[in-house]
Amino acid sequence: MNMQMDWIWGLVGGLLIGSGGAVFLLVNGRIMGASGLIGALVDGTAGRTKSERAAFLAGVALLPILLRPFFSGVESHLTEDMTVLIVAGLLVGLGTRLANGCTSGHGVCGMSRLSIRGFVATACYILAGGASVLLFRHILGVI
Amino acid sequence: MARLFFAFLAGGLFGAGLFVSGMTDTAKVQGWLDVFGAWDPTLAFVMGGAIAPMAIAWRIAARRRSAVLGTPLPPKPSSELDRKLILGSVLFGIGWGLAGLCPGPVIASLGLGNPGIYVFGAAMLIGMMLAPHVRSRLDKTVPAG
Repeated sequence: MNMQMDWIWGLVGGLLIGSGGAVFLLVNGRIMGASGLIGALVDGTAGRTKSERAAFLAGVALLPILLRPFFSGVESHLTEDMTVLIVAGLLVGLGTRLANGCTSGHGVCGMSRLSIRGFVATACYILAGGASVLLFRHILGVI
Repeated sequence: MARLFFAFLAGGLFGAGLFVSGMTDTAKVQGWLDVFGAWDPTLAFVMGGAIAPMAIAWRIAARRRSAVLGTPLPPKPSSELDRKLILGSVLFGIGWGLAGLCPGPVIASLGLGNPGIYVFGAAMLIGMMLAPHVRSRLDKTVPAG
C-alpha cells in the first residue's frame, strides 16, 4: 500500500472507530475507552457492567479476524523482544489506569467533547511516546 | 439483550476501524511517534476521522436526558488536572512508543496470530491490576484536591 492509500484507510478506519464510540454513547450511554473497559474487568470494579464490557471487547477482537482475509497487506510488526513486550505492557496497563484513559477514552472521546483532561492526557502520552521512540530507537537502538 | 447487542456492535465498529486504519500495525504507530525518523502521519487521519462522528454524538447527547436504551448518559467531564493524569499518561506514552500498542489495538490483535500480543496483553493486565495500589499511594502523599 502506498502512503496516500494508508491515509485514506486511516480516515475510513477513524470514521468507523468514531461511529462505534457514537453508538456506545448514544445507545448504551457509555464512553468508549478501551483501557477502562478492560481494566474494570480485572480490578474488580466492573460490577453489573461485566457482560456489557465483555460483549464490546468480543466485537473488537472478532471483526479484525473476519476482515483479515480481505486485507492481506496488514501486518503486526510487533517486536519479539520479551523484555520490551513485558516492560511496555506493564507501562501501558499501569499508565492508562492511573490516568483513567488512553487513546480512545482521552483521545477520541475526551477531545471530541473538548475535555481539558482529554487534551492534557493526549499531549502527555504523545510527547512521552515521541520521546520514547527517540530514546529507545535512535539513541539506545533497542527497538 | 439489546444492551449486549449494541455493545458488541459498537465494539465491532471499533475493532474494524482499528484494523482497517492500520492501528494494529505497531510500525505505523511507532512511525507516527518517530518525528526524527521516517514520520508516518496516518495516525492523525485516524484520530481526526474518529473525533468527527464522536463530536456529533456528544452534541446529540447534550440534548437528550438518557441514552436510547434508557441508561443515564455520562456526567460532564471533570476538569481536574492531577498528578495521576499526568504521570499515568507519561508512563502510558513511554510504553506506547516502546511497543507501538495501546489497549484497543491489543484486543483487536488477539485473533491475528501473533504470539507476542499475549505476552504484552498479560503484562498490560498485571499493570492494570497494580494501578489501584499505586493510585492509593499517590493519593496518600499529596493533599486532596
